[in-house]
Amino acid sequence: MATDKITPEEVEHVASLAKLALTEADKEAFTRQLDKIFGLVDTLDEVDTTNVKPTYTVTDLTTALRDDVAVPANETQKLLANAPETQENLIKVPAILNAEEEN
Amino acid sequence: MAISNFETTIGLEVHIELKTNSKAMSPSPVEYGAAPNQNTNVIDWGYPGVLPQANRGAIEAGMMAALALHADITPDLHWDRKNYFYPDNPKAYQITQQFEPIAKDGWLEIEVDGQKKRVGITEMHVEEDAGKNTHGTNGYSYVDLNRQGTPLIEIVGAPDLTSPDEAYAYLEALKETIQFTGISDVKMEEGSMRVDANISIRPIGSKQYGTKVELKNLNSFNYVRKGLLFEEQRQAKAYLAGETLKQQTRRYDETTGETILMRVKETADDYRYFPEPDLAPIHIDQPWINTVAQKLPEDAKTRRQRYVEELGLDTYDAEVLTQTLAMANFFDATVAEGANPKRASNYLMGDVNAFLNANHQDLEDTKLIPKHLADMIKLIDEDVISTKMAKQVFKAITDGQEPVQYVEDHNLKQLSDPAILLPMIEEVLDNNEQSVQDFLGGKERATKALIGPIMKATRGNANPNVVNDLLHQALEARR
Repeated sequence: MATDKITPEEVEHVASLAKLALTEADKEAFTRQLDKIFGLVDTLDEVDTTNVKPTYTVTDLTTALRDDVAVPANETQKLLANAPETQENLIKVPAILNAEEEN
Repeated sequence: MAISNFETTIGLEVHIELKTNSKAMSPSPVEYGAAPNQNTNVIDWGYPGVLPQANRGAIEAGMMAALALHADITPDLHWDRKNYFYPDNPKAYQITQQFEPIAKDGWLEIEVDGQKKRVGITEMHVEEDAGKNTHGTNGYSYVDLNRQGTPLIEIVGAPDLTSPDEAYAYLEALKETIQFTGISDVKMEEGSMRVDANISIRPIGSKQYGTKVELKNLNSFNYVRKGLLFEEQRQAKAYLAGETLKQQTRRYDETTGETILMRVKETADDYRYFPEPDLAPIHIDQPWINTVAQKLPEDAKTRRQRYVEELGLDTYDAEVLTQTLAMANFFDATVAEGANPKRASNYLMGDVNAFLNANHQDLEDTKLIPKHLADMIKLIDEDVISTKMAKQVFKAITDGQEPVQYVEDHNLKQLSDPAILLPMIEEVLDNNEQSVQDFLGGKERATKALIGPIMKATRGNANPNVVNDLLHQALEARR
C-alpha cells in the first residue's frame, strides 16, 4: 500500500543522519520500501487506542535497579582488540566532523 | 531605537556529572583521570547483545537534586533513546528521560544587586554522558570511553533570566545548591558542570519572544556572562539594522570574546526519540523520597545562618566557609571536635586556604584532618602554645602529625612557670635600671622595653600574658 508520504529527499536526510552513503538506485529502492512500510504502519491507526496506556516495555518489571557498586571489568585490551584501529589505548577513528561540532 | 530599548530573555541548560561509584547503565567505575578506556566494559562499548543496568544511585542523586531545587518528582518515569551518530557514543543512542523527566517545576533563588528573585527550573533529566573525543591534526580523532555512561543530570532552567548578570548569579546559586547535596563536584574546569545558554531579545513591551540563539563552548561562568553580553549586543544591532534573526547555534570564542555561527545541527525530530525497551519503568513512591530526603546534607544557606546565629561568626566568615562543601564539612567537624568556632574559622580561611593555594590542593586531598586542627586550637586556647608556635605546629599537622605529641616531642610548650620565669625577669630588671625607674616614675610604656629582652631570654617560649603579670609584680616589688 503506497502512501506517497516518503520522498527521496527524506531518505537522503535519514541516510545522512545514519552516516550511510546511498547510490541513486538505493535511494529509489528505499523510498519505495519505506513508503510501503509507512502504509503498513498506517493500518495501526485504525485501532482505537483511547484510554490504552502506552507500552514502554514488554516485561512486568518495575524499578529494576542495580545498586551503585563499581565493578571494574579490567579488560581494556580485549575491548580494544575489536576496534578497527587503536593508538595508546584510544580508539582511532576518522575525524568525521570538525571540532566545532563537538557536543 | 537604541539597544536599551530591548529586553533580554535567557534560559540556561546545565549538565552536571553525578559523582556515583558506578556508571548510569553499567557497573564500570566513575573516576576522573583514569588511563584511557580503563573504566569501560562491554555495555559502555555497546557490544551486541548487552543490556543496560540502570543505577539506583544515579536515580537517587537525581531525586536529591530535585529536592534541593524544590522540584516535583515524577512518580512514574521511564527511559528514552535519543539517536545520533558520533564516535564518542558507540551505541548510537543516548539513554535519557525525554518524555518523563525525573522532576519538573522547581525553582532557585538568586540575588543580583541586593534584589532577590526566584528563577524557575522547568525540568530535570537523568541521562548518560558520552565518551571523550580528541581531535588530531592528522585527519583522525581519538576516543576514550571512560566518560561514556557517566550519569548526568540535565537541569533545564526557565527563560526567567533577564540579564547576563542574572545568568551568572543563577549559575553560582545552582553550583552551590548542587555541591551541598554532595551529588557532584560541579567543577567547570573538569567538565563536571557544563552550560549551554539560550538567549533572545525583543523590543520592550513586545508580547512575543525574539528568535532564540543557543550558545555553546561556555567553559566558565565568566565566559557565559561575556558570551551573553556579546550576543545581546549582536542581536540588538541586527534588529536595529532591520535584519531577521535566525534560530541558530553559536560557539563562544574565548580568544576574541565573540560568538561564531556553528553548522546547523540536527533538530529534535532528527534525534528520533523513543521509549527505551531495554529498561524497566521506575516507580518513585513517597517513602522512597522520604528516605532520600533524610540523606540530604544541610544546605549552604542554612549552614551560613547557623554559623552566624549559633556559632557567632560574622557574615563574611560564614560566606567564605561555605564556598565549598569540603570546607564547610571540615569546619563543622573541627567544631564538633571541640575547637573554638571563631579560631577554627580564622585558621580555615587563613592558614589552611593559603596552604591549599600554595600546594594547588583540595582540602580532601591533604593530610590535614579536623581532629588535628581542633587539638591544635585547643592547645592555643589553653595557653600551652602561643599563636607564633602554632605556625610550626600547623606545618606539622598539614603533614598528618598529631599536634599534642608534636608539641611534646619538640618541646614547644609555652613557659608559664613563675619559678622559671621570675629569676629571668629579675635579671632583665637588674640590667635595665633606667626602664625600671621610668616605670616607677609612672611610665607604663616602659614595660615594652623590658618585655623584649625577657622574651629573648626565654627564646620566645614564654607565655606573654604570664610574663606581663609577673613583670608587673616584680616591678611593684621594687617600688
